[in-house]
Amino acid sequence: MRRTRQAFEEQLEQLERHLLEMGTFVESMLEKAGRALCQHDVNLARETIAADDTADQMDLQIEQECMRLLALQQPMSRDLRTIGTVMKVIADVERVGDYSVDIARAAIDLAETEYYKPLEDIPRMVEIVRRMLRQALEALVARDLELVRQVIEKDDEVDRLWYKLRGQLEQTMRERPEIVQQAVALLLVARYLERVADHVVNIAERVAYMETGRLEVLAPSHLAEAPSRADAEGDSGPAQE
Amino acid sequence: MSSDANLPIKKPEGEIKLETHDLSLYYDGFHALKNISVYIPARRITALIGPSGCGKSSFLRCFNRMNDLIQSARVTGEVLIDGANVYDRTTDVAALRKRVGMVFQTPNPFPMSIYDNVAYGPRLHGIRERSALDEVVEKSLRGAALWDEVKDTLRKSALDLSGGQQQRLSIARVLAVEPEVLLMDEPCSALDPTATFKIEELMIELMENYTIVIVTHNMYQASRVSQYTGFFLLGDLIEYGDTVQIFENPKDQRTDDYVRGRFG
Repeated sequence: MRRTRQAFEEQLEQLERHLLEMGTFVESMLEKAGRALCQHDVNLARETIAADDTADQMDLQIEQECMRLLALQQPMSRDLRTIGTVMKVIADVERVGDYSVDIARAAIDLAETEYYKPLEDIPRMVEIVRRMLRQALEALVARDLELVRQVIEKDDEVDRLWYKLRGQLEQTMRERPEIVQQAVALLLVARYLERVADHVVNIAERVAYMETGRLEVLAPSHLAEAPSRADAEGDSGPAQE
Repeated sequence: MSSDANLPIKKPEGEIKLETHDLSLYYDGFHALKNISVYIPARRITALIGPSGCGKSSFLRCFNRMNDLIQSARVTGEVLIDGANVYDRTTDVAALRKRVGMVFQTPNPFPMSIYDNVAYGPRLHGIRERSALDEVVEKSLRGAALWDEVKDTLRKSALDLSGGQQQRLSIARVLAVEPEVLLMDEPCSALDPTATFKIEELMIELMENYTIVIVTHNMYQASRVSQYTGFFLLGDLIEYGDTVQIFENPKDQRTDDYVRGRFG
């Protein structure tokens, strides 16, 4: 009994290790996509796009591991919650990889375009969501509910940046129709980053569930209404991007 | 997660069929059940789990006073069925055991025909008329999901049936005296997976009309069939509650260790 239990615990640890590897890999995809966009680096963008196959492969492999553990070990309680959490979290991590690819594609589309202003808020958003992802994964490994709380708090900051950028880009498009093409691309990138943050919040919520056994929405701000466009424009000041 | 004091027992919603208050059972000087208070809902399946020797079968046997048969056994506290104490001096034990039937670990058919096995109880309770007996035999065998398999061989010896069929015959025999509660003490432990599956299906059908309490060593069986689960350890009822909660998010560290296979 003890030996089989020990083997199972080792398999659970390995499962978490694989998830952590996948998370770190996708985090680097996101970082590279952001850098490719800011630095007009087409090669880096292509590298990011190519990396998605590996992320997808990791996703399938971890899911297979989970299915095997469910079938052979019939886990209960905390073990069951851990495996259920990993299965759910890989879907969110995989989506972060997909958004990184979308950002890399935008980088390729904008490679020959000179930005009408140096990018500021988008690199900031990349940095915040990247840190959120890292913290969420750390929270999972360390079963740290304080880190979960911090991740969820940061989502509000990402949302604020997204609403601000949206207002500014809309205003710039009205004032300078010649930059509409790049403004639309940047608007989409900002939207992708806002969605990445939401997926990271999902991960954090799952970590909390794994630890407490309570399934609940911890980031009710998701449900809150976005500020009206007039409000966003009102305090926008000069267009940033 | 708590791990010392036992958790307070929450009363399930809906009609309560069985309850115990401060129930203790002693075998000579050995305190086998320690101050158990619990509510068992009507027409639901309640599973009792725990390692060997934890008291779950002893607890089950309190409900139909089977422990009376053990000379050294002494019971304190209350065991209620529909609010009446089964350990009251005025309780008719034979009538109690008619209301609270029991199915054991090993099928125990009498060495007689299938028909006579099922008719045994009703005859004992005074039914003599052939047509009435035919009716109760068919109804009970149908209730135990065995009728279709034995309807043409009712006169054959019950000992010729397979293990799974014999266990369903045991259930039919209990159903024949029209009980209200079915106590099942590891009813599938001697059965193969197919026969086990049939008994589990049958339990879920029977739940519509009977209150079922099952002792099982098989946690997966408990999680598959029951709505409420109690975890016993060394004579204590450590945790009792909704089956999903016990297996997904137990509150007590000892329950968590047990359902995760960390001991026992």
